[in-house]
Amino acid sequence: MLVSQFLVLAALLFSIGVYGVLVRRNAVLVLLSIELMLTAVSINLVAFGAYLQDTLLSGQVFALFVITIAAAEVGIGLAIVVMIFRNRSSANLDELDLMRW
Amino acid sequence: MIAGFIAYAGEIHEPAHLVDGGVLAQYAWLIPLVPLVLMFAIVFFGKRLPYKGWELAEASMLFVAIYGVALLVMNANEGITHEGSIEIARIGSYTIEWGWVVDGLSIMMYAVVGVVGLAVFTYAKGYMEGDSRYTWFFAAFTLFAGAMLVLVSSANMIQLLVGWELVGLASYLLIGHYWEDHSNNAAAIKAFLTNKIADVGLVIGVIIVGVTVGSFRFGDILSAVSAGDSALAQVAFWAGLALFIGAMGKSAQFPFHVWLPDAMAGPTPVSSLMHAATMVTAGVYLLGRMFPFYQSDLFAADVKTWIIIIGSITLFAMGLLALVQDDLKRVLAYSTVSQLGYMTVAMGAGAYTAGLFHLFTHAFFKGLLFLCAGSVIHAVHSNNMSDMGGLRKPMPWTYRTFLAGSLALAGIFPLAGFWSKDEILASISYDAGHGGGAIASVVLWIAIAGAFVTAFYMARAVYLTFFGEYQGQAHPHESPRVMTYPMIGLAGLSIVGGFVNVPGLFTGFTEWLAARPLPMGDHHAESIDFALAATGLLVALAGIAAGTRVWRRDAATQRERDRFRVPLLYPLLEHRYFVDDLYRVALTDPIKGPVARFIDWTNTYVIDAVVNAFGAVAKGLARVVYGGFDQRGIDFVVNAVAGGTNEAGEMLRRTTTGRVQQYAGALFGGAVLLVVGLLIFT
Repeated sequence: MLVSQFLVLAALLFSIGVYGVLVRRNAVLVLLSIELMLTAVSINLVAFGAYLQDTLLSGQVFALFVITIAAAEVGIGLAIVVMIFRNRSSANLDELDLMRW
Repeated sequence: MIAGFIAYAGEIHEPAHLVDGGVLAQYAWLIPLVPLVLMFAIVFFGKRLPYKGWELAEASMLFVAIYGVALLVMNANEGITHEGSIEIARIGSYTIEWGWVVDGLSIMMYAVVGVVGLAVFTYAKGYMEGDSRYTWFFAAFTLFAGAMLVLVSSANMIQLLVGWELVGLASYLLIGHYWEDHSNNAAAIKAFLTNKIADVGLVIGVIIVGVTVGSFRFGDILSAVSAGDSALAQVAFWAGLALFIGAMGKSAQFPFHVWLPDAMAGPTPVSSLMHAATMVTAGVYLLGRMFPFYQSDLFAADVKTWIIIIGSITLFAMGLLALVQDDLKRVLAYSTVSQLGYMTVAMGAGAYTAGLFHLFTHAFFKGLLFLCAGSVIHAVHSNNMSDMGGLRKPMPWTYRTFLAGSLALAGIFPLAGFWSKDEILASISYDAGHGGGAIASVVLWIAIAGAFVTAFYMARAVYLTFFGEYQGQAHPHESPRVMTYPMIGLAGLSIVGGFVNVPGLFTGFTEWLAARPLPMGDHHAESIDFALAATGLLVALAGIAAGTRVWRRDAATQRERDRFRVPLLYPLLEHRYFVDDLYRVALTDPIKGPVARFIDWTNTYVIDAVVNAFGAVAKGLARVVYGGFDQRGIDFVVNAVAGGTNEAGEMLRRTTTGRVQQYAGALFGGAVLLVVGLLIFT
């Protein structure tokens, strides 16, 4: 089993995620792209965990943590997005500059 | 001579024995101290007290009166002489001391100052009612009495000088009490400066005597006199003359008399105390204190000729001036000057007892006359007799007491003035036969003529004030009891005060005064000289009769009669012998003008120039510091820091766009840069 195949997959997923975060206008899709990036990281962790034969399974355990945090993050993120949409009837990030100077 | 059948004691009169005086004498330093301490209490707390400080002033006088009378009674029982001193400082071989002397002379003065002071302070409560500087008045008044007590309690000449000047200061404050009126200020300054000129004599005399003897204590000086110190004998004439000049200033002797009539500008209680017990008696007191020095032939006996001449000029010439005054207080003022002349003449005639006896009785009746004058002035709101008249009925007690005082002053038997004036006449008569020579004989006639003048002007004052028709606009009424009671008390003393010294019958006063550590070497009458006493009394009665003749009858034309003019004499008297004018033309104007101009010039061109130069330098320096250092240095740095921060903020704030994706781009870009950097540099 070649670890490089998993790494390539993770890199592709991460790149797609970065692209989505930087380019998509819809806040929901940006959140989904962040999930993609987190997933890529999880794949890396699991892959290296298996490759290094770690008896403590720390890679897999970390992946579980990442998933947990990702779920929590998405929960908060989507709640914010829903509130913004309700207030402004739009989830377009280009129109969102409330924190501007 | 008139004094044909008079018996005299020997030259030296000594009491049986003298005692120390015990606790009362040891604590006599309290007599001057209590008024001075209470003076400060009045200044600091007076206004908060229920009677606005009057009670403290009255308490101090009550203390002095009780203490003085207690000492007087003790002294009458057994002659006291006590001297205490506390060293204050030592300068070379000289010692500066605070001392108190308790002997016949000072005890008499304590009692007089205390008793007259008590009466006058009580009276002043009524008289000064409603005055805007009531508390201050009583502070200064207490200082006045306290200063006099410092003077008479002094055991050395330095302390005497301190008391002497303090009296001058207090009198200045009190004469100028109504300072809103410029003429009152002028009177205060005149009194102060006239006294200062005479004080130069006193200071010179004190220095000569003190340096020659090596001590300023009266005890040491009089011991040197008693021992016949030859060094002191050599300077005695000039020292004696210098001290007498000092005495002339305070006791208002010709030609230093000019300040006393002007001193009437002060409130009447001040005049009363000044003329009776304090201030003017100081000069006579000094002569009494130094009496053996003048009496001894080895020493300043020659000065006595001058003393008697000055005294006789004063007593007669100033008495005449009282005849032409319209101001009631001025009549009394010239009368005081004249009576002080009598005292001085007595001292010059070597009659220690007679001079001080007249001081004693005069204090009562002159204090009384001034209180009565104040009462009248209080009622009619004018000092001038042309605004008075007919006050006998609305002011019965003032009239009765004034009459008693006038008769005592005129020397009518058996009032106080009769005994003291008679004793003076007897003393001059004795002196004429024992070394006084022709001068004393002439002076005796002058003194008798003076008695006529005294009676004459007092008759005038009584008639113009209390008889005839009222001439003023006010509604006169009797003064309150707080004023009449002191008057009645002093009237009582004026009536009976003379009986303390009836030659041949009761000579208590002579023995009181003789309680001195060293013999006085004076002479005094041992029995009544009936011829001289009768002459004096007849002359006084003649004066009253003449006064009645001129001013009694025909009330409506009294004012006209008052203006009867003797050619030459009347203008001379009206202008006060031109002495004041002479002083103004010869002394005041030549000094005042150039001095004022010089001071003005100095002020403009010296002091102002210095002040302006300092101002200009400070201004220039300030300009340099402000413009160069502060504005261009410190402010530049501060502004640059603030401006730079502001500019940087302006630029940096533009990165805060609020766009999440730009932030994310920067984040990833940064991460890429880090990775690239790591790859390159590792």
